[in-house]
Amino acid sequence: MAKQLTIFLENRPGRLSAVAKSLIDNNIDIRAFTIQDRGDYGLVKLIVNNPSQAYLALANLGCACALKDIIAISIPDKIGNFELLTSALAENNINVKDAYGFVLQTNLKGVCCLEIEESQSAAAQKVIQSAGFTILKDDELYNL
Amino acid sequence: MDVPFWNREIETADRSRLETIQLERLRETIGWALKTPLYQKQFRYAKISSPDCLRSLADLRKIPFTTKDDLRLNFPRGLLAVDMKDVVRIHSSSGTTGIPTVIYYSKEDVNNWADLMARCIFATGATSADVFQNMMTYGMFTGGLGMHYGAEKVGMAVIPIGGGNTKRQIKTMKDFRTTVVHVTPSYLLHVHTKLEEAEVKREELVLKKAFTGAEPHSEDIRKKIERIWNIDAYNSYGLSELNGPGVAFECVYKNDMHLWEDGYIVEIIDPETGELVRDGDSGEVVLTNLIRRATPMLRYRTRDLAYLHTDPCPCGRTHRRLSRIMGRTDDMLIINGINLFPSQIEEVVMRIPEVATNYIIQVEKRGDLDHLTVKVEIYPKLFLGDPSQLEALKGRITEELRSAIILHPSVELHEPNSLPVSEGKAKRVIDLRPKE
Repeated sequence: MAKQLTIFLENRPGRLSAVAKSLIDNNIDIRAFTIQDRGDYGLVKLIVNNPSQAYLALANLGCACALKDIIAISIPDKIGNFELLTSALAENNINVKDAYGFVLQTNLKGVCCLEIEESQSAAAQKVIQSAGFTILKDDELYNL
Repeated sequence: MDVPFWNREIETADRSRLETIQLERLRETIGWALKTPLYQKQFRYAKISSPDCLRSLADLRKIPFTTKDDLRLNFPRGLLAVDMKDVVRIHSSSGTTGIPTVIYYSKEDVNNWADLMARCIFATGATSADVFQNMMTYGMFTGGLGMHYGAEKVGMAVIPIGGGNTKRQIKTMKDFRTTVVHVTPSYLLHVHTKLEEAEVKREELVLKKAFTGAEPHSEDIRKKIERIWNIDAYNSYGLSELNGPGVAFECVYKNDMHLWEDGYIVEIIDPETGELVRDGDSGEVVLTNLIRRATPMLRYRTRDLAYLHTDPCPCGRTHRRLSRIMGRTDDMLIINGINLFPSQIEEVVMRIPEVATNYIIQVEKRGDLDHLTVKVEIYPKLFLGDPSQLEALKGRITEELRSAIILHPSVELHEPNSLPVSEGKAKRVIDLRPKE
């Protein structure tokens, strides 16, 4: 399964740039990122071209980080597709723990990353495929 | 000034009479102490086999000091001198570790304590005509019930409201026309800031006196309390090891606290050497309880720093006055009147695998009240990247801390290796409160 790098960072100036510097120093390329803000701290989530190497680099820096399984879905950039995806999941009682999405090519390609509870992951993948969407393979995601 | 006495004869007894009483009661206390495992051991070492081994008060120095560690190592029954069937009250207070300090009281002990407490209350001019709101924590702490029993003895109308719920405190003061309160200085200042919110004007209250304790505070703070509330505030000193409140209290002259020398022998020592300091010099307060049989307490090192006044008080009492507590010889903190040892927090932090062993205790003022924050670092190896895991962790730490220390701290999660590295316990505590 595709991996997302999650990093625990304190919510204060300098933390993001420290992470960015470490990634550059280790030739890591960021494909997407978002932050889940929890007040004093936040969880920075990154899709990178080499998650395990990035994990090691940041762990060596002393960061608390983790690799999380995510389902990366290729979604054609057309109105209605997000609704299609989410209603398919809802009909099958699949809970989305976390999600983020971005457009790659206007009117052509988009990506939606979903975090699903491990116990529902296999079922979720079936539902997504039945709804007509493609799940990106690991290297397809990392080399976006 | 009109000077009321609960027991004029004792309160104005001359020094030789006081010392006669002290020696008699000290011998009796030795008798009780010989029934306890701790003191049996101590007295063997000091070669004291019976009360007669003490010929004079100076012989008190033959007895080793009792420390908080002795109490911890002898928990729960090591200082118990009577059968449990004769124990009618058990109180406890913070220990340096998870093990609390326990004090047992017999019926006579509770009564003697209440009498000393009544003496304190009466010395301020409070009487049975007063309505008394006891805003100190009840429960295992001695501050609540200790003052309560004394207040009932004096005949005041006692409202056992306990601490917290400020709106209710104010409403109670108004509804029941409270004239006297027992409270920490910081909380009394805090309550004043909440009058407007409670829609009660000071003029609607008939408050006249406050007994302030549990928290060392300066003369400036007392004067501030008196000024903004327009009341008299009387300083109170006590500790559960020596009963609770009632060890020392101010009289109507409000010029430091008379320590009842028929109830206690007080020594001021150099904390490094253990030797008595010169008269009037400051040092560590050491107290011997002369009137408690269930849990004898001899030469207890309080870790409080203070001095004894050598000059007499205009009130005519011969019991010497203890100054305000100037500090501690150990690392104990007082947060809103509650004792806290950093080691109590350390114990909790060490038990939780998802946080590293480095932690910081930060204390600051928020308005008039103290606020405690415990900062911990998350342990990278157990980080799963799950926000609910982190929230659950925060919740668990908060709960474990509350259970261990009673106080309600804020808990902050920090990155690994981000907190200042400590070189020993001293650096774990950041106290941002102004020194007053």
